[in-house]
Amino acid sequence: MNEQPAMENMTLPTKVKRKGKKLKRIRKNWDLYLLILPVIIYFIIFKYVPMYGVQIAFKDFISVEGILGSPWVGIEHFTRFFESFYFERLLSNTLLIGLYELAVGFPIPIILALLINEVRNRYFKSFIQTVTYAPHFLSGVVVVALLFLLLSPQTGIVNQIIVLFGGEPISFMTEPEWFKTLYVFSGVWQNMGWSSIIYLAALAAVDPQLHEAAEIDGASRLQRMWHINLPSIKPTIIIMLILQCGSILGVGFEKVFLMQNSLNMSASDVISTHVYRTGILGSQYSYSAAIGLFESVVNLIILLMVNYMAHRVNKVSLW
Amino acid sequence: MFKKLSLRDKMFTIFIYSILIVVACLMLYPLIYVLSASFSNPERTVLGEVWLLPKEFNIESYLTVFQNEDVLIGYRNTIIYTVFGTAINILFTILIAYPLSRRDFYGKEVITGFIIFTMFFGGGMIPTYLLIKDLGMLDTIWAIVLPGAVSVYNVIIMRTFFQSIPDELREAASMDGCNNITLLVRIILPLSMPIIAVMALFHGVGHWNSYFDALIYLSDEDKFPLQLFLRQMLIQEDMSAMTSSGTDVLAEHLLQIEGLKYAVVVVASLPMLIIYPFLQKFFVKGVMIGSLKG
Repeated sequence: MNEQPAMENMTLPTKVKRKGKKLKRIRKNWDLYLLILPVIIYFIIFKYVPMYGVQIAFKDFISVEGILGSPWVGIEHFTRFFESFYFERLLSNTLLIGLYELAVGFPIPIILALLINEVRNRYFKSFIQTVTYAPHFLSGVVVVALLFLLLSPQTGIVNQIIVLFGGEPISFMTEPEWFKTLYVFSGVWQNMGWSSIIYLAALAAVDPQLHEAAEIDGASRLQRMWHINLPSIKPTIIIMLILQCGSILGVGFEKVFLMQNSLNMSASDVISTHVYRTGILGSQYSYSAAIGLFESVVNLIILLMVNYMAHRVNKVSLW
Repeated sequence: MFKKLSLRDKMFTIFIYSILIVVACLMLYPLIYVLSASFSNPERTVLGEVWLLPKEFNIESYLTVFQNEDVLIGYRNTIIYTVFGTAINILFTILIAYPLSRRDFYGKEVITGFIIFTMFFGGGMIPTYLLIKDLGMLDTIWAIVLPGAVSVYNVIIMRTFFQSIPDELREAASMDGCNNITLLVRIILPLSMPIIAVMALFHGVGHWNSYFDALIYLSDEDKFPLQLFLRQMLIQEDMSAMTSSGTDVLAEHLLQIEGLKYAVVVVASLPMLIIYPFLQKFFVKGVMIGSLKG
């Protein structure tokens, strides 16, 4: 990402050159175009055709008429969605889960990386890394199944501990109040180690001379962690923050859908699961495409805004 | 350099080690518990007598799991999807990353923009579903392997790696009359095996663990991947197919189901958890190439 501007500078002089040169370059590398052609066709079919198909959000999709033949209805589906009973619930659930995830799931990998970076014992370090990365390789289905097994009100070990201390068993997986917390913290459990790799990589690049100088000045390890390591990885942190903000509204379908049941629906219904239910299960293609489009546009706007702000404040941005 | 630690630095070190040990326990405990429970007599598990090690060790649950048809079908399909899907991922990634890595490839910027745009905006679930339906790919392997065949992020990582191969090699080769395709196959690819291995692993794990495309595009149970069967068994609790009809007593029936659940989780996750520590070096390397140069 940081390399983009440098590359553009390198190609600038060639842009100035004459047109004949361009044709020559194309002809010389004709086989490269042959290589890339299938992938370009793939992108057109599987990425750009659906973007073109988004127009059904403004139409009344009729299967036999196809996307082009269906009649236009303007923003009818959008107004229907904004006025529907679900709108407020979907938007607040989606936003709350996204923000909760950002608030908890974003800082923890950074702290973990800072801590792992302080470990001097090579074996302990690689042990911690192996252990914390491991849950990343479990599937969403397995992680949610683990939640069900460990938190089951009758047989789960967590409730057995609660009962042991004289409490009442809690039906974690069906209580709406618990949904968001379980969602966010099971995500932290699964991904904190993996997400810390990127910060560990950045920490490995910190200039050791900075540490030596600070040590001579009598800085403690905590002070060096705070005043040297943390500022050094700031650009990485900002890039990751921008990327994560861009998906606040794109709360992953996969795990929410697995954890969802009729009892916790009031807290677990998010935009993507609603699109799945009304669109794919309910066959209301146009209406659900409109909801999906609303989500992607809002996500894009948030991403652009955060990127712009980061650029203004810190001179770091995605492009 | 760090031999003489002051008191506050010693305290700090102890503090860090203790936090990390607690974290490691939190990470490992659920996994160890499930493993122990799967090897225990289900009755002991349900009564809460299993804490760390198996109680009344037995492998009954595993025998039932491996006799189950769904698990076997799921395993077979998942292996097919993983191998075939990963092959397509790697092929497509190389085909686009190589031209984009060449400085003398005219149109590089336009094509890069063209694919990067799809990272930030897309048609969404419904238009993609309608496309797959129109292409007649519902209930076929193509619906599983094609929609996510190219990850733009991985293309950028691969391109960056190719760019790090010295230009002189290419110039020397083309001086010897090598065309671009021979160059790619004979020189660039052999030099890029580490990054290709990383990509194959990333995509392989992704295919092994995914259920979303299968959920949307497949309705024929014979084509379901393992994860969809797991979802039915563990989350929708449809275990009736699993347990033999021989057990008439309801309580015993329920107990058997509890034991099976733990064993199924282990059977589904073990391949990845066994492979991963050996390949950890590669995984980490892949993430780092992406983070530093992407």
